Amino acid sequence: MSPTPLAALGGGALIGAAAAVVLVVNGQIAGVSGMLGVLVRPRGHADRIGEPPSASTVDGGAQPAAFLTGLVAGGLLWLFLRPETVASVDSGLPLPWLVLAGALVGVGTQVGAGCTSGHGVCGVGRGSPRSIAATATFMAMGAVATFLVHHLWLARGAR
Amino acid sequence: MVGAAVAFVAGIIFALGLGVSGMTDPRNVLGFLDVFGRWDPSLALVMVGALAVYATAARWARGAPRPLAALRFAVPRSNAIDARLLGGAAVFGFGWGVAGYCPGPAVVDAVALSPRTVTFVASMLVATAATQRWQARRARAGRRSPQDARTAAT
Repeated sequence: MSPTPLAALGGGALIGAAAAVVLVVNGQIAGVSGMLGVLVRPRGHADRIGEPPSASTVDGGAQPAAFLTGLVAGGLLWLFLRPETVASVDSGLPLPWLVLAGALVGVGTQVGAGCTSGHGVCGVGRGSPRSIAATATFMAMGAVATFLVHHLWLARGAR
Repeated sequence: MVGAAVAFVAGIIFALGLGVSGMTDPRNVLGFLDVFGRWDPSLALVMVGALAVYATAARWARGAPRPLAALRFAVPRSNAIDARLLGGAAVFGFGWGVAGYCPGPAVVDAVALSPRTVTFVASMLVATAATQRWQARRARAGRRSPQDARTAAT
């Protein structure tokens, strides 16, 4: 169900506020893909050369793990208060395509150093040219993928 | 300790925001990305709301000597818009447009343990780890042969 404009704005404000807290209090970027990267990072893997110490080196990576745990806790709250919010929707996408999508998101967010929260909210919010360029790129490619997969490929049976 | 506690609470608020805004439903995301079809502008409003709040905080942070509970800001200093950034973003964006899932909403939805979402998250985590290892190998190789790196750069 599409959100009302008020819900979209209000929900967005909550997202921005959460990311803002991470910046103002912890001095970190609230990038979920970066946090997942820290979680699965091989031991001894250095931060990107030239970058300041990341969340993986501060207090042993406890903060990314804590944020991710918070996401899960929030999800559980939704599960008990309003389960349809986190319920899976069958968009007609075959399971192998979900594997592909997950792989593309996993690879792309690590190579591109960010996702919708890291680049789209934090980076753009900071006015970073890097993040603005990245966001424009992933938005455009998202539109292309949706057109190809959902408009053309999945809808072909309906014609 | 404070940092982790704050991060935990922030994660909960983030998840609440994702749910309120409708971003935990891939159909709303795909509706936004369906620019050639029945376009749903909701995600644009979500971004407006998020950016309005975050940009304010970022402006404060720009003038602040340090964050409230940490020694320094750990924000990216690089401004390079290179092939890696754009290529990575393109790949991520394509995957996003296929399933309507990006990392945050996928993790939040995964608590419902539906096979579809768990499949996506598992694949995303495996790919994330594999990419990290690949990047680590490349970094180690680069450090072992600085001569090659200098030659390649010219």
